Amino acid sequence: MILGSITTSSSVLVLAVFLATAVEMVEALTIVVAVGHTRGWRSAFEGVGLALLALTALVGGFGPALLRIPINNLRLIVGSVLLIFGLQWLRKAILRSSGFKAKHDEDAIFAETVAALSQAGKPQRDSLAFVTAFKGVFLEGLEVVITVLTLGSSAHQLALASWVAVATTLLVTIVGVLVARQLSSVPENAMKMTVGVLLVSYGTFWCGEGLGIRWLGADAALVVLAGTYFVGTWMLILIAKNRPIGGAQ
Amino acid sequence: MKVITRVVKAFGMFWWNFLVGDTPELFVSVVALLALTALFRAGHARVLMVALPLVILAVLAASVFRAIRRR
Repeated sequence: MILGSITTSSSVLVLAVFLATAVEMVEALTIVVAVGHTRGWRSAFEGVGLALLALTALVGGFGPALLRIPINNLRLIVGSVLLIFGLQWLRKAILRSSGFKAKHDEDAIFAETVAALSQAGKPQRDSLAFVTAFKGVFLEGLEVVITVLTLGSSAHQLALASWVAVATTLLVTIVGVLVARQLSSVPENAMKMTVGVLLVSYGTFWCGEGLGIRWLGADAALVVLAGTYFVGTWMLILIAKNRPIGGAQ
Repeated sequence: MKVITRVVKAFGMFWWNFLVGDTPELFVSVVALLALTALFRAGHARVLMVALPLVILAVLAASVFRAIRRR
């Protein structure tokens, strides 16, 4: 039973961190590839390196501090953040799936970044390339750090969450290098929707635990919550798809 | 001193954009929902287990249709 609970909780945690990291790293990689192609790879890699160092320092600095907060308070705070964050992801994914918001287009981001960088001159030490690559990786990575810190610390599996994020980043980088500019073929919206569902499920679960609710089936309740949110999201997409633009009915 | 003020301001802005941003309704609804849950949790744990996810879905639906109406 205990082993079953640990496996369920860990599996959901690994899946959530993997998908969240993959989605954000695809976005970051698009920017880095655009910078590298347009301005050269040296400054782009320096920007990436510094961003990764800063992100690692954030996890190393805040991670152990979070683990010192009493578990119920931590779960309530983290659960609230995950709920809001997850609902924002789900809302965007539903609007994109139902055609009310443009889908995230990696090709367009690539073209925009290339166009912006091509206009500027190209000095020996390219600070524009450095800053663009740094910002791209740091800002996208910050969402990964928050996901890793919140999910990892509340489940007391910070090391597991961190390793999954690192492994996913490496995987996305390798795949990204191999496919270069075909990043737009990644089913980003479906991945975002899955992450949204998992974050909201964890958020609900931990808010409940933080407030003293003992879920039926313990950690297995996470699977029931995820199933409920998947069905709910799917129904909302169907309803939204049948509404005319402007919402008038 | 100026640097510290700038860092604190940037930190505050980051969390404001992260949690509130263009969906204040989600932030307010989640905070209100958790406050209500804290008030009524005693003796209602079973009901809350079912009600909590359903109310959260209703909040999501309201936010989605608010966005659609504004387009």
